[in-house]
Amino acid sequence: MAKTVFVKDTAITGKDRTRDFYGFFLGGLREKGLENDVQLVRVADIGVYGQGMVVRVLPEDFLYVNVQDSDIPAVITESVIGGKPIKDKLFTQASKQARIVLRNCGVIDPESIEDYIARDGYQALAKVLGEYTPEKTAQEIKASGLRGRGGAGFPTGMKWEITRKAPGDQKYMICNGDEGDPGAYMDRSVLEGDPHSVVEGMIIGGYAIGASKGYFYIRAEYPLAIARIEKAIEQCRKHGILGEGILGSSFNFDLEIRLGAGAFVCGEETALIASIEGKRGYPSPRPPFPSIKGLWGKPTCINNVETLANIPVIILKGGSWFAGIGTEGSKGTKVFAVTGKVKNSGLVEVPMGTTIEDIVYGICGGALSGKSVKAIQTGGPSGGVIPKEYFQTKVDYESLQKMGSIMGSGGMIVMDEDDCMADIAKFYLGFCVDESCGKCAPCRIGGTQMLRLLKKVTDGEGTRKDLDQLEQISFAMQKASLCGLGQTAPNPVLSTLHYYRSEYEAHVDKKKCPACKCEKLIRFLIMSEKCVKCGMCFKACPVGAISGNRESGYLIDQTKCVRCGQCFEVCKPRAISRS
Amino acid sequence: MDKAVIEQEVREIADSWKGKEGNLIMVLHQIQNRYGYVPREVSLVLSEILDVPLARIYEVITFYHFFRLTPPGKHTISVCMGTACYLKGGAEILGELEHLLCVKPGETTKDGQFHLEVVRCLGCCGLAPVVKIGEKVYGGVKKKDVGDIITQYSEDSEAKTAA
Repeated sequence: MAKTVFVKDTAITGKDRTRDFYGFFLGGLREKGLENDVQLVRVADIGVYGQGMVVRVLPEDFLYVNVQDSDIPAVITESVIGGKPIKDKLFTQASKQARIVLRNCGVIDPESIEDYIARDGYQALAKVLGEYTPEKTAQEIKASGLRGRGGAGFPTGMKWEITRKAPGDQKYMICNGDEGDPGAYMDRSVLEGDPHSVVEGMIIGGYAIGASKGYFYIRAEYPLAIARIEKAIEQCRKHGILGEGILGSSFNFDLEIRLGAGAFVCGEETALIASIEGKRGYPSPRPPFPSIKGLWGKPTCINNVETLANIPVIILKGGSWFAGIGTEGSKGTKVFAVTGKVKNSGLVEVPMGTTIEDIVYGICGGALSGKSVKAIQTGGPSGGVIPKEYFQTKVDYESLQKMGSIMGSGGMIVMDEDDCMADIAKFYLGFCVDESCGKCAPCRIGGTQMLRLLKKVTDGEGTRKDLDQLEQISFAMQKASLCGLGQTAPNPVLSTLHYYRSEYEAHVDKKKCPACKCEKLIRFLIMSEKCVKCGMCFKACPVGAISGNRESGYLIDQTKCVRCGQCFEVCKPRAISRS
Repeated sequence: MDKAVIEQEVREIADSWKGKEGNLIMVLHQIQNRYGYVPREVSLVLSEILDVPLARIYEVITFYHFFRLTPPGKHTISVCMGTACYLKGGAEILGELEHLLCVKPGETTKDGQFHLEVVRCLGCCGLAPVVKIGEKVYGGVKKKDVGDIITQYSEDSEAKTAA
């Protein structure tokens, strides 16, 4: 692999802000006549913060921080030419991250099969085709303890074994890339950043279950992911990795892409199958499970993108190696998309069992400046919130479930003191109501009624009875809905009611929103003692609710006020209170 | 649109998916790529070619958010209302757009320039709040930036009409 050097020459804080560090480095390379042999890339973010200029030398992966202009010649002679690290400049990241799924993301060119092969790509496939029987392949995955990363956490090896044993001459492998959970984008990153690892996982899965055909089901909203997978499949066909007699064995397997069309419910296995069959994405009752009767009535194994990206590594390093990472019930790593009110949002891959605190504060740097974190939400519209007091909780399937949330696909939304829990619950429920397919009554009617009650609460018209009723409908939906969408849709409501009941009660009893988020419950008032009578609020008000003049001061007419908050924002002396 | 032309175009699209089971959604994707939406005339022709009842085609089109039955505006503005964007003020951005363009989500402006829509997560939550116009993604959008962003597009179109 050719030499590549990444430089990050923008620092947000500190004395050395942006300067032409890249230019200096390029100059240094020119002096040695290396400008055509070394690929110098300027990057905006390298995952290290507050450490000045950062340089990363690949393929050795030396990471240098706080690099000064005067250090450049040494870095070039020692590391770029010599291939040796400069010990005292080397940055050892006290990172709690472990990269298995994201091992190649950002390291290889995703459109180059050669790059992938250079990083042990398709070695695992060669290994199973040459040395393993399909039974042994499934056994190895079973031994690893890998569980489905799409949310439910079903043991992958067991799924493969059931599908392999199911009677039928034709079987199918499906990759579920219908990542619809708002706030989660780990599957997209893997499909775009390392498509071949998912393809390899699919082929190995196909071999293990005895399928000759596999489908990628990818959201139409992810055009780049689709293009990269298309290209990867094409390259594989050319290299004899897909098609008849793969890598000289007697195993035949081919892949095809099918696109989603913007329906969240299609992430559910049976709905996804209906969608691939060209129908509307209605779920169907289980059993029979897809492993027995799936696509076109044939045994079908559906695995999530992240699950599949784990497969090649497990095969190469062995199931027991993988089982050594993580906790007792949850093995390996999990990728989280940490977003929301957090300093460094992005993808984080940690071993199972890492605490939430380590992720939110240790890796992601905590709340945005001036605020404090209130809670996190995991599992998207099917999950729940975990308050700050419980941030010692470990992330694994069991612990999160015990907290009333779920692992889900791995979205982790950080919320701060400005976020109202009733409003968040309303947001998620609104999403599920929008996305409910309407087939079964508990989800269709229950969701709508719950949303109506929540709206009442956030509008300040709710009563205590409404809160009880919310709980009752939630339980009914959990028990009686047909598929996962309806069964889990009440989770955000139940978990916020559990941890933040007092906040709901403030809405219904005092008609107040403690976080000052629910528009109808906010009051803007001008505090005359702080007011400097500048008249900015008077000018800013779009509805003419502020009256007065520069002599007598100003007043807000509450009956006219639409609570847009513009006066609050323009008031320099902070003389307008929001409560 | 001329029926003969439609028939030829639709046949070309359908032929590439011939013999593959469950091809309806994929064919509809290509039709929408070609026309920007799925016109009724095209569905009628498609129904004949694929030998699928029109009701089945409409069943699929109306179920999936992605398919459109009406022509989109010249520029499609997608406002992300995923969780991260919602927390960081996506609703405010949407309100400002509604106010500036005088349309509700799902509607097209009278001059056909802008189609406003709400999407559930564009998958770039790190940039929240996000607005996408055409294929261009605007991250970290503030309420006060919205007007400027829109103006770029309307000026662009005015300049072209003048030329």
